[in-house]
Amino acid sequence: MDFTLNDDQGAVVDAIDKLARQFDTKPTDFDGFALYSAELEHELVESGYFDIATFPEMGPLTAALAVERLARSPFTCEAALSMLLRHHLGEDLPRPVAIVEDGRPGRFVAGAKSVLVIDGERMRLVHPEASDTRIVESIYAYPMGELVADLPGRELSTGEAENVRTWLRVACAAEIAGLMQASLGATIEHLGVRKQFGRPLGTFQALRHRMAECAVLVGGVRRLALRAAWSGDGGDAALAAMHAQDSANRLNYDVHQMMGAMGMTLEMPLHLWTYRTKALLSELGGRTVQGQAVAQHCFKGAN
Amino acid sequence: MNFEWKDEQKQFRAHVREFLAANLPADWEQIAHGPGSAVQTEFSKAFCGKLADAGLLVPHWPADWGGRDADPWIAFILAEEMWAAGEPRGGQYMNVNWIGPTLMRFGSEEQKQRYIPPMARGETLWCQGFSEPEAGSDLSSLRTRADRHGDRYRINGQKIWTSYASHADTCFLLARTSPDKRGISIFLLPMDTPGITVRQIPSIIGEGDIHEVFFDDVEVPASALLGGEGEAWSIIRIALSLERVGIPRFALATRMLKRAVNTLKNKKRFGESAGQQAARALAACEVARLGSYEIIDQRSRGQVPGPEASVIRFATVTAERLVAEFVVEHVPEALAGQDPLLLAHHQRAIVAGIASGAAEIQLNLIASEFLEMPREPR
Repeated sequence: MDFTLNDDQGAVVDAIDKLARQFDTKPTDFDGFALYSAELEHELVESGYFDIATFPEMGPLTAALAVERLARSPFTCEAALSMLLRHHLGEDLPRPVAIVEDGRPGRFVAGAKSVLVIDGERMRLVHPEASDTRIVESIYAYPMGELVADLPGRELSTGEAENVRTWLRVACAAEIAGLMQASLGATIEHLGVRKQFGRPLGTFQALRHRMAECAVLVGGVRRLALRAAWSGDGGDAALAAMHAQDSANRLNYDVHQMMGAMGMTLEMPLHLWTYRTKALLSELGGRTVQGQAVAQHCFKGAN
Repeated sequence: MNFEWKDEQKQFRAHVREFLAANLPADWEQIAHGPGSAVQTEFSKAFCGKLADAGLLVPHWPADWGGRDADPWIAFILAEEMWAAGEPRGGQYMNVNWIGPTLMRFGSEEQKQRYIPPMARGETLWCQGFSEPEAGSDLSSLRTRADRHGDRYRINGQKIWTSYASHADTCFLLARTSPDKRGISIFLLPMDTPGITVRQIPSIIGEGDIHEVFFDDVEVPASALLGGEGEAWSIIRIALSLERVGIPRFALATRMLKRAVNTLKNKKRFGESAGQQAARALAACEVARLGSYEIIDQRSRGQVPGPEASVIRFATVTAERLVAEFVVEHVPEALAGQDPLLLAHHQRAIVAGIASGAAEIQLNLIASEFLEMPREPR
């Protein structure tokens, strides 16, 4: 057990942090939902960050740290699946990568070069042309899209699909960890300055305790996500994804409640994090399906 | 960053497990019920003696005091395995974790020589005289007084919720030596001193766990004072930093969760509803476990854990609650005579958010010190 980043991990995390800082402020004139940055995506490509999971001295744990940090930025681009899943689907798989579950719209589908089509237990990898997808308007704060054609592709074997499911869960948990951290941070800041009854809202114990419980959840989601990224174990990944989806539900409610009407406005960036999180709550069937996977994977054998 | 155990740590854990397998009697699960009972106290003294002989009671203590200067990971692995086994050390875990090290740091030479060697041999039980009827979370309002008369102190007052008091040899007592809010001192008080009355409080926690302790003109020499007058807070702050993550409650909680699931599987009752609830309880246990390891990692680097320790304490309380709820809902027969160890866990779990500082105090600390929210007006 060693919770300090080694030199390689530290160098990448610092560099990602430095890069992400350039995208940490929502433009005042932006009042939409999907704050996508081509510049951020370009920087990540140019620096080779989408491949860090494949470098032995860094591995998926470092990639998960990068995903978590990038998710805290108001700007977004397709990063989690490219960093944590893509290399499990084949060498030099073209990106952006997206998933389409049961024919529903998904994030980054329009413009994706590789799409994992999930129908129940079956998975198929397809490579759409631009005309095979279309943009879908939504409030999910990601660029959402859908496939408009039933494309032929490579069917994944049962074993490969199980491995892909594991890394999808890790990616989901790592991204939710960053999104939760960002929305909690913004809310704590708000409670420190917003005054009612003559004092900051953050001095009221009823609110302080709810935020403290949210902080416990955020820390837990991050820890389970990083452990799953390190182990690559199916049970760890299911546990991390379930806890992330479960905790994000609670946190999303609380942070919007604390922000009051201000949190409803598109002027505040809160929705960029909470509505991205909401897009991830249904991934791979949502928390109940992850719970089934935990029950199946994590309680084998005698006590 | 990585989550792999070192070979030395794996070997140590295996060694402790082997020791437990060889030294816990067949009826241990019955004994484990009632951590402060006469039966367990007697068992624990014998068991701690064996631990001491095997070098497993105080491995993290300095060699001068019977240890081998093992790092905090070794102490924590030992604590995990002991707690997961139902804590056969009984109340002596407090000696090992913080009372002994506190005496080493702040005790007089006479105090060290008198009290530390019996702890290192596993021969002595202490109790902790902190809470009072009017001073629980607000400990600084305690009223028990120690008035100086020449070279002696006369102690009058009352403690409550005191664990292990019936069988303890010595009390680590907080008493007021001046009317100032901070005028509190620590006394090392033999429990056979005339004027001490102990009354057990029947409770749902189990036999012998909580007590009232009355002090009527209890006289002790000034040499019973630990540190100087009015130094209780500074000593306690450091002493409790040794216990920052507290008992590794997640270890027994996880084991009991898996035990309960196995019971359900054997009875063909581990269905969808139980699976969902077990999954959430396991997540809570793992969050507490990994968070605790982060704190131990900091300590092993010589760092003093910061306010995130309160985050981990609250996570641990949550884990205990979810496992206890799981058992009550899905294996109710465990609390009706069918599983003494699940019952013992239940009884320990229900105090997780109360003993050693209320969970709500932890939430206050998280808000103020971890999230740096503005404090409440006083």
